[in-house]
Amino acid sequence: MTLPLSSTMEFTVAVDLAVAFALGTGFGFSLERAGFGSARKLTAVFYLYDMAVVKVMFTAIVTAMTGLFLLAAVGMLDLAELYVEPTSLVAQAVGGLVFGAGFILGGYCPGTSIAAIATGRKDGIAFALGMLAGVLAYVELTPGIDGWIKANTQGEMTLPSVTGLSMGWFVLAFVAFLLFAGWGMKQLEQRFGHLRPGA
Amino acid sequence: MTHSLTGGALHTSRDTRAPAAPQPYWNPYLVGVLLGVVLLATYAVTGRGLGATAAFGAVDAWLASVVAPEHAAASVALAKYFNDGSPLLSWTLFLVAGAFVGALISGILGQRMQWTVERGPQVSDQRRLLLAFVGGFIAAYGAKIAKGCTSGQALTGGSILNVGSLVFMVAVFASAYGLAWFARKEWL
Repeated sequence: MTLPLSSTMEFTVAVDLAVAFALGTGFGFSLERAGFGSARKLTAVFYLYDMAVVKVMFTAIVTAMTGLFLLAAVGMLDLAELYVEPTSLVAQAVGGLVFGAGFILGGYCPGTSIAAIATGRKDGIAFALGMLAGVLAYVELTPGIDGWIKANTQGEMTLPSVTGLSMGWFVLAFVAFLLFAGWGMKQLEQRFGHLRPGA
Repeated sequence: MTHSLTGGALHTSRDTRAPAAPQPYWNPYLVGVLLGVVLLATYAVTGRGLGATAAFGAVDAWLASVVAPEHAAASVALAKYFNDGSPLLSWTLFLVAGAFVGALISGILGQRMQWTVERGPQVSDQRRLLLAFVGGFIAAYGAKIAKGCTSGQALTGGSILNVGSLVFMVAVFASAYGLAWFARKEWL
């Protein structure tokens, strides 16, 4: 069997959307289990008393990265078939700065606002309405930004392709960094524990 | 937990079925592995990762096609969300619909269903709702500029070591940590 499945078979629209729905169920279940349906739990990471956001994100990234690397190593998956969003350093830097402001003000990111709505958080609904308005404003009022980004794109860039080092070295480095960061985050949570609600 | 509900709790209509004691969240490293497996499965099946922002674009395109069909059909910028005339049959929108159901299942099992506003004790419900809307608007702009959000860039791109995704992640955290002091009255 060769993965990804999409490289060897053609999905019908119905199958494609059913797959999306099934994967989404696992996605949303994970987010809510982590507490990410709550803006207070999410923004706690920025006041250092609860680092769950970084722990979950980093562990998820390392898990998926390790899985992709191992599947490729045993010949079950072709890394070259995976979609890589072209890098535009200025777009991702500026977009990230803007996004971070929306995150700390709004309390959610697009995915977690869905988990918030599903569990009855009214501020999740307000955030999602803001997202709808923001995306519409972007496409209607500032269509020129897209063209400018396209003109300032470097193309596909991954750490292995840029450095020439094998993906395996980066997987090792990320695992090691996660272990070290795990220890560091524990110290932070103790140091800033007094900010925790009810502490 | 109880702290966040004081003050506003008496005035807001809370779900009468809301149980008194929500269960604790799972260990973050355990959830991280679960989320990583979902992401890995998404890659293994589709060759692409997760996303969320495009679902909002799909809903916008659908709304535009209902409210102003001629304008919507002529709009070049909305075209990418039109999905051959059926914007609601969007892959990411179905993913997000699944995420809604998954979160609902988890919330019910964990007894965390609550019709409430998440906020710190120093801010009113109304102000928090306004800030949530404004924050959503700003986050949408950021995600559109960066070509992805926490799902589409940070998680998805991060796991294949996409340089742009790693830059995005650093920028998001730098910005939010830098602004955290100014937003402290909303959360602490």
